[in-house]
Amino acid sequence: MSLNNKLVNSQLARNFLLLASILLFSQNAQAQSTSAAISNVQPRLVKIFGAGGVRGLHAYSTGFLVSSEGHIATVWSHVLDADEVSVVLNDGRRFMASVLGAEPQLDLAVLKIRLSEDDSELDLPHFNLKQVGTASAGTRILGFSNMFNVAAGDEPVSVLHGVVMAKTKLDARRGSFEVPFEGAVYIVDAITNNSGAAGGALTDRSGKLLGMIGKELRNSKSNTWVNYAVPMTDLGEPIEQMISGNFENKPRRDPADNPNRYRVTDFGIVMVPDVIFRTPAYVDSIAPNSAASKVGLRPDDLVLFVNDELIQSVRVLSEQMGYLESGDVLRLVVRRNDQLVTVEMLVPKKEQK
Amino acid sequence: MNRQLIFGLIAIIAWASFSQAADDVVINAQKRRIQVIKKVAPSVVAVFGRGNLGGGSGVIISPEGYALTNFHVIASSGAFMKCGLNDGVLYDAVIVGIDPTGDVAIIKLLGRDDFPVAKLGDSDQVKVGDWAYAMGNPFLLATDFQPTVTYGIVSGVHRYQPPAGNNFLEYTDCIQVDSSINPGNSGGPLFNDDGDLIGINGRGSFEKRGRVNSGAGYAISINQIQYFMDHLLSGRIVDHATLGATVATDNEGRVVVGGILEQAEAFRRGLRVDDEIVSFAGRTIRSTNQFKNILGIYPKGWKLPLVYRHEEERHEIFVRLRGLHRQSELTPKPRRRRGQPQPKPDQPKPQNPTNPHGADTGPPEKFKHMHVKKTGFANYYFNKLKQDKLLGGLTKLGDFSKVSGTWKLTGKRTADKAPVELTISSKGLGARLGEDYFVHAMNGEPFADEPAGSGGLLAAMHHWKLFMTQEADAFTEFYYLGSEPLDGQSPHVDVLISELTGNETRWYFHHKTGEFLGFDTQLIDDVDECEIRFKGLKAFDSRQLPAQLIIRNGGQVFAAVDLEAASLAAGTVKKKEAEKKAE
Repeated sequence: MSLNNKLVNSQLARNFLLLASILLFSQNAQAQSTSAAISNVQPRLVKIFGAGGVRGLHAYSTGFLVSSEGHIATVWSHVLDADEVSVVLNDGRRFMASVLGAEPQLDLAVLKIRLSEDDSELDLPHFNLKQVGTASAGTRILGFSNMFNVAAGDEPVSVLHGVVMAKTKLDARRGSFEVPFEGAVYIVDAITNNSGAAGGALTDRSGKLLGMIGKELRNSKSNTWVNYAVPMTDLGEPIEQMISGNFENKPRRDPADNPNRYRVTDFGIVMVPDVIFRTPAYVDSIAPNSAASKVGLRPDDLVLFVNDELIQSVRVLSEQMGYLESGDVLRLVVRRNDQLVTVEMLVPKKEQK
Repeated sequence: MNRQLIFGLIAIIAWASFSQAADDVVINAQKRRIQVIKKVAPSVVAVFGRGNLGGGSGVIISPEGYALTNFHVIASSGAFMKCGLNDGVLYDAVIVGIDPTGDVAIIKLLGRDDFPVAKLGDSDQVKVGDWAYAMGNPFLLATDFQPTVTYGIVSGVHRYQPPAGNNFLEYTDCIQVDSSINPGNSGGPLFNDDGDLIGINGRGSFEKRGRVNSGAGYAISINQIQYFMDHLLSGRIVDHATLGATVATDNEGRVVVGGILEQAEAFRRGLRVDDEIVSFAGRTIRSTNQFKNILGIYPKGWKLPLVYRHEEERHEIFVRLRGLHRQSELTPKPRRRRGQPQPKPDQPKPQNPTNPHGADTGPPEKFKHMHVKKTGFANYYFNKLKQDKLLGGLTKLGDFSKVSGTWKLTGKRTADKAPVELTISSKGLGARLGEDYFVHAMNGEPFADEPAGSGGLLAAMHHWKLFMTQEADAFTEFYYLGSEPLDGQSPHVDVLISELTGNETRWYFHHKTGEFLGFDTQLIDDVDECEIRFKGLKAFDSRQLPAQLIIRNGGQVFAAVDLEAASLAAGTVKKKEAEKKAE
């Protein structure tokens, strides 16, 4: 017992000392490694020129290489709305490229550089999709993009620095449209999301790919601009599928499609049809002998709170139901004839499918 | 049990040293930042224009108070402005020189000769990812003139930002940073991690987010400013340059000449349409943008090396760059006609809050003499200072003021020892080169290329004598131009310009020693000058003349002459003329 402890502890101590000495040298090394990471990453970025140039829509964006033969991951946008787009590599070489696959739900597209007959085979520097990183709040990052179309020809794209502020779901909009991507994104403190920056690369300070810089978005609550990137962990697989030709566009994901997810019908509640952006959460009908009927819920009850979360619409209600787990208590506050009524129900076990 | 405790303790100590080490890195980096900021902050200037015309930032580069800022910061502030330093004192300042194309201005803070200065760095060494401090007075926040510091990294180097209107405010070969650049930062310094001045912050990419930092700020490189430094100190409105040719990228990705002016020196040296530009000013050309970048950092009139390929044959030439603008375009217009849209340059211009130090009290009485108006100049006062300094150095060669009579210079042609005689008088000019004789009667006829192929040796001799004996007064125009590399190479020389009846002469003085090295006289615009270079010195009585004159035209040596004797007659006629003029 004590022998084991000794071994473990001395090894621990040695590791700590090693770490400490690494950190002592790291100040200088860090500056060098950041510089090395930048020059390592920049050749993997491309400038994309396509449709646009009218009504304030820029005709340029950014992408990054994900294969040696010229597959490029980029953002799905109006810039790609052309038969072919023009792609300029870091060394100034210009190629035509066409869209191989796209998934608007992910704001993702994959392009493939087209070679003419007299072009030799490409051997391009690229990001390895098998070696992407993940980040959490506080991770120091670099953002690479051709924002504002500053870089031309063989000029390298712009680099920004910052930290990940949060990894969270986007509550943001683009014009009056909501963001299609539903997963959690990296929110960063650098002003990465500028004109033409979408499709750029977010990396850690060592140059490991973390995410794809998103479009210019506004926070739907504060109306401030959001700087975010979609994690590569969500994009890697679809990109590989698009390259191999096995990608199938998914219909718009409906949370209700998830069989393990709770919805109001599990409690015998039927809500009014969700017809407008914020349909008030009125109960339409209650199934007889259901959990809801047992606690006395009635048609025309307006659901105000679910487990202390304010419910502004049928949609938000359905979202909140998604957080429930078997064994939880579901507490509803409803308004009925100008009175607030609180009811509680036990969340039933779901049958595994 | 005990042993476990000890091992536990070891782990704790190890952990403590680990966390201490981490702290040290952070603390040392912070200490370093504090030291750098402390070192450079005293040189950072808060600039306030007269009236409520906003303001910006600047940085002092000499103990006498010369400071760099943006042209657009002081464009509307008049000749005098107020400048705050972090000692809390508000100083008077006067305009010195402006570069509207490159958006640079030099002002001079007044009242001290021991101003704290920033050390100039080398912006060609700046790399993407380097730390960069932007300092200045964004939003005019600093009521105590303590500069605001924004810290970021270099996002790009050798960037090109197109002009904001009529070829003005063009940022070439500039530095892009993610350090916040906001309205009021304009004209302020960009320092590297060592606190060396690497650029002047001037604009940013602003679009839909309003006129605040959006992640891309641009600084004019300090190396460009270095090239223009003496031009700006000359008190002039300085101009940028054009090659006299346009370049384009052809199908094969080569940068080729798209069009060329027949008047351009590059054309006279052999450059033609479709020739490939290989290198310019010592830098290999890979793109059109890059060519524009390089061209943009040099002043009008500089001679620079150009390598081009014409039908597979490589040529190396030196070309003098033409001005980008006409003089009238550079002279600020007092008021824009109504209905003519004001160019809205893409740079921060402070609007709020209003400038509290701009009470329009007129120029301070004590410094009023330090501003002299003249067409083509931001402040002629500083030009006169430079002229006086260079001409003062000439007195080392002896007193030439009393020998305005006929000059007879005799010697031998270096190559074949053939006799050479040069006669320079106000009635006529003559030259004997071996068995060839050339004369020009001074009866108002324009000078010709005599001897043919010299570029106008007789005219050059005439100008030389006028310059030596009467100095500035003999010419219709006379001013200090700035500095440039002599013949596109070395040494670096200060240049005086004189004009007389359409002939322009450039006079060259060693930038460091003040030594008089030679001159170029041009008979008419857009032809090759007669270039005279001096070698050695020889005493004739109490005066010194060059031991050897090298006469060149279009870069080719026409003749070299070793001087053996000089008879410089006292002048009487000239003096009387001068007196008549004075009456």
